[in-house]
Amino acid sequence: MSMPDPGLPPARRLTIGEALREAIAEEMRRDESVFLIGEDIGITGGFGGAFGVYLGLPEEFGHDRIVDTPISEKVIAGAAVGAAALGMRPIADMQYSDFLFECMDELVNQAAKLRYMSGGKVSVPLVMRAPVGATNRGAQHGQSPESYFAHVPGLKVVCVSDAYNAKGLLKSAVRDDNPVLFFEHKLLYGSKGREQAGGLDLTAEVPEGEYLVPLGQAVAKRQGGDVTVVATHLALYRTLAAAEELAAEDGIECEVIDPLTLLPLDTETIWASLRKTGRLVIVHEDTLTGGWGAEVAARAAEECLYDLEAPIRRVASFDAPMPSAPSLEDAIVPSVERIKTVIRELRD
Amino acid sequence: MAAVAELPDPETLARLYRHMLLIRSFEETVYYLFLEGEIPGTLHQYQGQEAVAVGICDMLHLTDWITSTHRPHGHALAKGVSPRAAMAELYGKSTGCCAGKGGSMHLGDPAVGMLPAIAIVGGGNTVVTGLGLAFQLRRTDQVAVCFFGDGASNEGAFHEGMNFAAVRRLPIVFVCENNLYGASTPFHAVSALVDVADRAAAYGIPGHVVDGMDVLAVREAGAAAVAAARAGEGPTLLECKTYRFVGHSRSDARGYRDSDEEAAWKERDPIPRLRAVLVEHAAVGQDEVTVIEREVETAIDDAVAFARASPDADPSEALTDVYA
Repeated sequence: MSMPDPGLPPARRLTIGEALREAIAEEMRRDESVFLIGEDIGITGGFGGAFGVYLGLPEEFGHDRIVDTPISEKVIAGAAVGAAALGMRPIADMQYSDFLFECMDELVNQAAKLRYMSGGKVSVPLVMRAPVGATNRGAQHGQSPESYFAHVPGLKVVCVSDAYNAKGLLKSAVRDDNPVLFFEHKLLYGSKGREQAGGLDLTAEVPEGEYLVPLGQAVAKRQGGDVTVVATHLALYRTLAAAEELAAEDGIECEVIDPLTLLPLDTETIWASLRKTGRLVIVHEDTLTGGWGAEVAARAAEECLYDLEAPIRRVASFDAPMPSAPSLEDAIVPSVERIKTVIRELRD
Repeated sequence: MAAVAELPDPETLARLYRHMLLIRSFEETVYYLFLEGEIPGTLHQYQGQEAVAVGICDMLHLTDWITSTHRPHGHALAKGVSPRAAMAELYGKSTGCCAGKGGSMHLGDPAVGMLPAIAIVGGGNTVVTGLGLAFQLRRTDQVAVCFFGDGASNEGAFHEGMNFAAVRRLPIVFVCENNLYGASTPFHAVSALVDVADRAAAYGIPGHVVDGMDVLAVREAGAAAVAAARAGEGPTLLECKTYRFVGHSRSDARGYRDSDEEAAWKERDPIPRLRAVLVEHAAVGQDEVTVIEREVETAIDDAVAFARASPDADPSEALTDVYA
């Protein structure tokens, strides 16, 4: 587990949504160049962003630094790129990560490449927050598109799954001089996703005040010597639930690693675990083919083949658009049962 | 061309001529060097459109910013990138303004207020709003100019950028260089409106058609638009009607244009037009024009010599500058 440092201020249990809000407020107080830009984020009487993360911020920071845009995703990303190129630190908001495809040019051709194209003279310190995950909303509001961005040199890609890391990583992302895609799972914002997470508590101890979690550093969320399982977002919680059941039912001890950052990927932490267990499973809600799990698997095969005692396995959403009906969605997205089955096969 | 009584001062006239001639000479030299095989890649050249970049940039401060396109040589030189740094960049040399990593389509330098040129059509139309937004949030009086072509006016980015800039009253001037063709496609085949400037009405901002072959007309329109942006009155759309004297890129034989049309536009070449004014102007005259022409020639020769003598971008730099 990622335990708060004992020297830190007192902690409370917060949801990810609350932790993100606190990180944003702290960074805006610390640095005048930090501002927010997106749709429906600061409208008086509105809902504080699609998932309420910005509620209360306009009262403290006013509307100058909380820029409500038209429904214009290309402008949200493009304005963030331009302002960042001049040294501002925008935190841009995409209501659903599916909408990122509206601004792929701004993110992939502009944000990711301006520094390189300029020979290092321009930096683009922006953060783009985007919620992922299937929640019975169907094919265009339920994707987990982080793998597209993990393919792009010049971007950094973060996936947060608990409140402690969400706050510390968002603060680090704001201070990073590179464009950071910051992916959050819709069912993990509050506590209502508990059932989907295998009944696990979705709040975490979060210190009041200043602390940073560095980008590019994975954490072990559960210790175990039999199988290394790398998982993000909701799939992480399902993996943790599966791990507890496997320990009780089969005596299999999983080591569960949350990479937190997909680009750059902390292979050191993952390989250290893999060398201990000899078995590797990657679990993500993004679809299977070309998903980031394929990259982890390929690199494990290149760098750790002789440490492996069994084939590398991936558990991912099956290769189909995300359906809306709960029964169909459940058939696509990695379930606790599917994760358990794959891990048992490895053990056999 | 404006009446002599309304002309800018002699120094301004000389400066405009020098900058337009510098761009023309740079482009003609580069064309030759490309055919000789000295310059790699491809080129999208600016001959014929010089009055637009020079007329607009003459109204900007060093601290104002521009975005540019896949055809950026003229914008870069007009905003203050040195001929040496621009030429070396085209040669792929380490001394180029982007250390050889940008190339012809990405010329730029933040030191003179130019983002690396954005070679995706319409790409600058959203990014420029961030420049304007930064100026607005910092309460400076800086202005951002977005150069784009008639082709970009049919991109979704044109709409999103223009609408956001208008509703936020951002300090931006949108400068459409309508050279009548998006690559080979004539503008009338892809727009039911004749004038891009008319689209400004859809965003509640002023839009003006400008003679893009007359640097003094461009400068005058630019002065008003830049002043309005600087004063917090919001964006303006200027449509400069212009013409590229060369193909879209180096492989373009221009089979889609007829020679009568090309000849008619060459009659309106902005450089001889201004030269005639200078020669007839009492305070400038033929002698100073000749001096300017010699100086430009020297500057371009120097830029080529500098680029040739500079080291290639070193392979050890291929993986630097990916991340800050």
